[in-house]
Amino acid sequence: MAKLETYKEAFDRAGISRRDFLRFCSYAAALAGIEAAGLSKVVYAFENKPRPPVVWLHFQECTCCSESFIRSSHPLVADVLLNKLSLDYTETLQAAAGHQAEKCLQDTIKNFPGQYIVLVEGSVPMAGDGAYCMIGGRSAEDILLETTKDAAAVIAWGSCASNGCIQSANPNPTNATPIHEIIDKPVIKVPGCPPIADVMTGVVTHVLVFGKLPELDGQGRPKEFYSRRVHDTCYRRPYYDAGLFVEAFDDEKARKGYCLYKMGCRGPVTYNACSVTRWNEATSYPIQSGHGCLGCSENGFWDNGPFYQHLASFPGFGIESTADTIGTAVGVAAAVGVAAHAVTTNIRKRGQIKEAKEESVNSSTNSEGGDQ
Amino acid sequence: MANKSVAFHRIYVWEFPVRMYHWVNALCVTVLIVTGFLIGKPVAISYAGEAYQQYWFGTVRFIHFVTAFIFFFNFLVRIYWGFVGNEFARWQNFLPFKSNQMKEMGEVLKVDILQTDVKGKISVGHNALAGLIYFLSFLVFLFQSVTGFALYSSMSSSFLPGLFKWVVPLMGGDFAVRQWHHMFMWFFVVFILIHVYLVFYHDYVEGRGTTSSMIGGWKFEKESDGN
Repeated sequence: MAKLETYKEAFDRAGISRRDFLRFCSYAAALAGIEAAGLSKVVYAFENKPRPPVVWLHFQECTCCSESFIRSSHPLVADVLLNKLSLDYTETLQAAAGHQAEKCLQDTIKNFPGQYIVLVEGSVPMAGDGAYCMIGGRSAEDILLETTKDAAAVIAWGSCASNGCIQSANPNPTNATPIHEIIDKPVIKVPGCPPIADVMTGVVTHVLVFGKLPELDGQGRPKEFYSRRVHDTCYRRPYYDAGLFVEAFDDEKARKGYCLYKMGCRGPVTYNACSVTRWNEATSYPIQSGHGCLGCSENGFWDNGPFYQHLASFPGFGIESTADTIGTAVGVAAAVGVAAHAVTTNIRKRGQIKEAKEESVNSSTNSEGGDQ
Repeated sequence: MANKSVAFHRIYVWEFPVRMYHWVNALCVTVLIVTGFLIGKPVAISYAGEAYQQYWFGTVRFIHFVTAFIFFFNFLVRIYWGFVGNEFARWQNFLPFKSNQMKEMGEVLKVDILQTDVKGKISVGHNALAGLIYFLSFLVFLFQSVTGFALYSSMSSSFLPGLFKWVVPLMGGDFAVRQWHHMFMWFFVVFILIHVYLVFYHDYVEGRGTTSSMIGGWKFEKESDGN
C-alpha cells in the first residue's frame, strides 16, 4: 500500500501559502457546519491527515452535477478539491485518455484499498447486460462494483445516481438503476438535478475532515442539507400561510411575489437546501425567480407531472385526469345512482310498503293504548 | 283484510360510546374533507392585503391537523370498544365470514341492488354487508392516519407523527404520500353519499328505526322475528 501525503504537504508542494491554507480550512469548516471553536481541529486534521484519493465515475448522466460543482460559491474550496486534491480519475476532466486513464483507476484501486473515496454521477443501466453504458469495453455495473468494493466512502452525486432521475422515468427502457440498489455499501445520496454546488462541496468536505459519513436521514441523504423542505425556509412562505397565491404566471399576484403553491410548486414535498444556500453564489433560486420548485431532488419527480399542477395525472385516464376529476366523476355517479335507486325503490317495493302501512293501521285500531 | 296485529319490541343496539364515536367521526370526517380539499385546492378569497394581515390558510391547515388527531384517537376508542362493547359492537361483526353471515350478505345485496322484498331476517345490528364495508373503511381510516401523520412528521417534532416517518421513503417521497392521501379523500365522499342513502333506504323498507337508532340507540324488531 502506497503512502499518502497529507493535505498540508500537498498544499506546500503546490505553493499554497499558510494564509490560503487557513482560509481553506475555515471555508471547509463552515461548509461542514463546524462551529468556530472547532476550527483548530480542522486545521490539525488537514495538517496531519492523509489526503485520500478520489475517483469520480460518470455513467448515465448529463454532467450537470460536475457543472454545478465547478460553480461552487467558494472557488477556493472547489479549486482545491478538484485540482489540488488527489482526483485520480474523472472522465470529463482528466488529462489522461484511453488505456492510460483506465490504468489510473486500476492503480488507485490496487494501491489504496479502503482509503479512496468514490463519487458516482449517473445511474447504471441494468437492461441488455449493461450494453447501454460501456466504458473501456466494460459495463457501468461492472466498473461500479469493482471500484466501490474497497472504497472508504461512496457518494451518489445527483438524482441519477440517487434515484435514477430521467433515465429511470417511465417506461425506463434501459432499466436505469440508482447505485444503492446495486452495491451493498452505505451510500451518501446527494440528490438534485443538479445538486447545489455548495451542498456538494459541503458533503465532500465533511467526509474529508471527519473521515466518516455525515449523519444521514431515512433515505440516505445528509441531514445537514436535506432535513428540511424547500417550503419550510422559503421566503414566500408567509404568503402561503396567509392564503395569498399566484393564480396564473404574470398576473398581478405573480408580480407581487405571492406563493406559487397553486402553480404546482413542489416546495412542500421537496427536501433540499435551495431556499437557504440558493444558487450561483447565493444569487437566487427557482422560486425567487418566479417559477415553482420542480422537486428535482425527490424520487421519481419526472413521473409526478405535469409540473404546473399539484396532483399528478391519474394513470390510465388520459393526461388531463387527476384524482380530483376521477373522484368527482365517481361522486356524481354515486349521487345519480342513489337518486335512481330511491325512485325505483318506491316502484319495486309498492307491495311491501302497502302491507306495512296496513299493519300499522291495524295495530293502532286493534290494541288501543299501544302494545308494550 | 286479514287482521295482522304486529308487535315490535325494542332492542338497545348502539351503546353510548358507539353513538358518540359515530357522531364525532362524522363531524371529523366532514371537517377533514372540507379543510383537506381547501388545502389541496385553495380558493382565492383574498386579493388585497399583505401576508402579515391574515393567516387563513394557516388556520385551515391547523384545523385539519387538530381534527386529524381527534379523528385518530376517536378511531382508537372504537377499536377498543370492539373488544369490550355489547354483541352489536364486537369486532366479529366486521369480519362477517361465518356461513350465516355470508348468506345474509347475499340477502342484503339482493335487497339493496335487485331491490327484492326483504325475506327472512336481517341482523338488528350491523348487517353482514355493512359490517364488511365498515371493516374496509377502517382500513382506509388507518391508511389516512398513517399517510397523514407521515406528511405531518416533517413539520412536527412530537412523538406520534414521528412514528410514521418511515412511510415516506417506503412510498417514494412526500409527493406520492400526498397523492395517495388526497385520492383516498374521495373514498369518504362516496362513502358518505352511499352510507347516508342506505340508512334512509333500510329505515324505509325495514321500518325498524335505523336512522334514529344512531341517536337514541334503540332499534325495533318484530316479535315474530325475535331471537
